Amino acid sequence: MNSNKKNKLIDTFFYGWGFFSTLIGLILLGLFIGYILSIGLGRINLDFFTSLPSRFPHKAGIYTALMGTLWILFLTTLFAFPLGVAAAIYLEEYLKKGWFANILEINISNLAGVPSIIYGLLGLQIFSRVMGLGGNLLAGSFTLSLLILPIIIVSTREAIKAVPQSIKDASYAMGASKWQTIWYQVLPASFGGIMTGVILAMSRAVGEAAPLIVVGALAYISFVPTSPMDEFSVLPIQIFNWISRPQPGFVITAAAGIIILLLITFLMNFIAIYLRNKYQNKYN
Amino acid sequence: MVFQRDVIYLWCSKSIHGILGKLIEKSIEKGLMLSALATVLTTVSILGILLVEAVDFFRDVSIFDFLTDTQWTPLFDDKHFGILPLLSGTFITSLVAIVLALPLGLSIAIFLNEYAHKNTRKIFKPLLELLAAVPTVIYGFFALVIVTPFLQSFIPGLAGFNSLSAGLVMGIMIIPFISSLSEDALFAVPKSLREASYAMGATRFQTVFKVTIPAASSGIIVSVILAISRAIGETMIVAIAAGQQPRLTLNPLVPVETISAYIVQVSLGDVPHNSLEYQTIFVAGITLFAFTFLLNNISFRLRKKYREKYE
Repeated sequence: MNSNKKNKLIDTFFYGWGFFSTLIGLILLGLFIGYILSIGLGRINLDFFTSLPSRFPHKAGIYTALMGTLWILFLTTLFAFPLGVAAAIYLEEYLKKGWFANILEINISNLAGVPSIIYGLLGLQIFSRVMGLGGNLLAGSFTLSLLILPIIIVSTREAIKAVPQSIKDASYAMGASKWQTIWYQVLPASFGGIMTGVILAMSRAVGEAAPLIVVGALAYISFVPTSPMDEFSVLPIQIFNWISRPQPGFVITAAAGIIILLLITFLMNFIAIYLRNKYQNKYN
Repeated sequence: MVFQRDVIYLWCSKSIHGILGKLIEKSIEKGLMLSALATVLTTVSILGILLVEAVDFFRDVSIFDFLTDTQWTPLFDDKHFGILPLLSGTFITSLVAIVLALPLGLSIAIFLNEYAHKNTRKIFKPLLELLAAVPTVIYGFFALVIVTPFLQSFIPGLAGFNSLSAGLVMGIMIIPFISSLSEDALFAVPKSLREASYAMGATRFQTVFKVTIPAASSGIIVSVILAISRAIGETMIVAIAAGQQPRLTLNPLVPVETISAYIVQVSLGDVPHNSLEYQTIFVAGITLFAFTFLLNNISFRLRKKYREKYE
């Protein structure tokens, strides 16, 4: 009886501890964001979006960095999306089991675990130096494309896997070829899942600073890039630059920049979660 | 006559169509294969560029010095190339992160999987994943501007840059890595095992710690290994909040420099290409890559093993 009571007590205690653990990270993040909002929100106005970076914290804006981020986002998606989806289709629908499949499998799992800064070194050597691109948008977006490629491949494979065999069989029975089946049946059926993965990968690319710094993106830039061959900065690097400055005023400017970057990231994540919930149970 | 001609025409067009169709199908397959091979090419390139620069580097610096010298000062006049200070910086920040994230992440996984209502789980799982979605430069700001001043209010010797704040904030970031993968591992444990335990009169807590966790142990280990791998490669948090002073120490209260932060530091400066200083970032890179490669491979093998276990 006594030991029974004790065990019940332990059980109740652990319930409380588990609930606390689940909340603590979120509460801390909430507090951090609250603090950022309290010091940065007042700094955000229309000028903040349209001003160039400046030596003076109250004049500095995110115009050039925001444009750089949009460029990077567009170009990275342009390269990584078709490449990732194509690779995933091959792995899931064409590749037969064997040593070659094993190598590809291990390789992608490894690539997903390579630190982003290593991709930066790859981009620096191959794109910036050997291909002679320097620190321009093309070099930056090539680098980030390779970085998010494993994420897109893994999530696209999951999405394709979820399409029931019966749909493919029906398509084959109508005389469709393999590619016709994939193009007209499998891809449309797994569209939601694929988009979820792609948006999550894009949100990862938006937040990356380290690999772009290594590739040679600028910490200070006074013009807006107008072509993929232009040099650039992005929001995370601009924020990093403001954090590193000694003048106290830049903490406020950094906080304001962080609010914008967080908004973009969270928005993308919420869209991804929404899509996932919408399409997840389609075939169950 | 007309009828016969139509049949021949139909036959020809069909076979041309067939040949053309097959050709298209084949070339599509080849194109898709090339995309998949791009991933292999990426790995080969990473290994290639790191090795080439590292080999060049070791023509000027002996491997013995690299592994045993206790100073890392490639950017000073008195140059030393000992990797140990960067390794200790990477180690201590990651250790702080794991010490925070492991108990929390595991408790979350147990709570959501064994205790919580299904709807609670549905709400918290995506919310927790947000923790990993916040850009790391923002976490760096949190560590430097919020956590360090807060900790300084009751830890007197804490420097403005230190591995403690950087590690703690990194710990918050990697919570979802541990909780999410551990939860999958716990989820994969067959219900029959739990029911057998309950039938013996065990409480939830006893069942979790004596039956479910041992059964899911390899999956939990995988989650921890991946979290460690993520922590040692993490860059912006440590570059912002842990400092830029390579120092052979395990004291979490003083400024250090991690491998990744060093690469960022050099990249921000003006180091001429093909110089020894330039090569140091690739040597630092290959050291980092070696560790994460090892950890990722161990976790891949373990994951394969436990997937087979209950299938």
